Amino acid sequence: MSSTKQRLATFVNQAPLFLGLVLLWMLLWGSFSWLNLVTGTVLASIVSVGFYLPAVDLGLRLNPWYALLYLIRLGFDIARGSLQVAAMALSPRYTPSNAIVAVHLRTRSDFILTVTGVSTSIVPGAIVVDVDRVRSTLYLHVLNLKRAEQVEEFRSGVLAEERRIVMAFGSRQDVERLRRVSGEDRREKDQFARDEHASNKRRWGGTS
Amino acid sequence: MSDTVRDVISAILVLLGATMCFAAGIGIIRFPDVLSRLHAATKPQIFGLIAIMVDVALNNSTIGTITLIIAIVVFQSLTAPVVAHLVARAAYDSHRVRIDVLIVDELGTRPD
Repeated sequence: MSSTKQRLATFVNQAPLFLGLVLLWMLLWGSFSWLNLVTGTVLASIVSVGFYLPAVDLGLRLNPWYALLYLIRLGFDIARGSLQVAAMALSPRYTPSNAIVAVHLRTRSDFILTVTGVSTSIVPGAIVVDVDRVRSTLYLHVLNLKRAEQVEEFRSGVLAEERRIVMAFGSRQDVERLRRVSGEDRREKDQFARDEHASNKRRWGGTS
Repeated sequence: MSDTVRDVISAILVLLGATMCFAAGIGIIRFPDVLSRLHAATKPQIFGLIAIMVDVALNNSTIGTITLIIAIVVFQSLTAPVVAHLVARAAYDSHRVRIDVLIVDELGTRPD
């Protein structure tokens, strides 16, 4: 049996998701009424209990300024990415040249890993082919990469995306990891970590 | 906002949305393998949907419509990448990928 304290912690952690479900219910009805609120709460309880999933640790930290920056940038990137893919589809001289790129992220949070994967899928160029959760590595399929430099450019683009997300939603530990990524990654044994480290150093070495 | 201005903006948004969905369809036919086709099926399609939704919000701006539109856009952008990922992973694992159009495949050489 879990103690009262643990139960309270679980409740606080799940509350935003629960409220999100109630809010969604009211959005679908398109208006606020007390009946909607009550039926929404009942349905959210049924969904949370009936479709039980392990709790996601959201970290519960939000920096509104960085979140706004992230959302504006995301909107801009969605437009750019869509126009690029559309132009490619309609271009008469299209020749396929793609790549599957491994990007070693610095975060250890499942939530940040997921948000980064989803964001990079709707912005210029990528689809998540596989995820290595233990190493926080995303394997991304990218359209229209023709040279090796473009692969590195793309990789640093995804890392910049991760940086924006961590600054907006990440826990303090994640922000901290972002700062001292060079020291941490050197100790990791796999090759991708070392490659990543090299490209991070080129990009952020001067500022951190 | 005058009616003419609103009509012009509406026309541009609808045309943009239609072009994006058209390009997505062409892309699905022209791109060489499953993974590339998924790009066409997710990105321009979401942008096209957003354009059409903004147009609807512009012409019928009640709170109910706008909140519903926000829900549609958010859930489309959240679910499309997940579907794309599942299909991509299934395609890769069953070798339905044109290796010859890849310049690097770092998934094939990952450490175990």
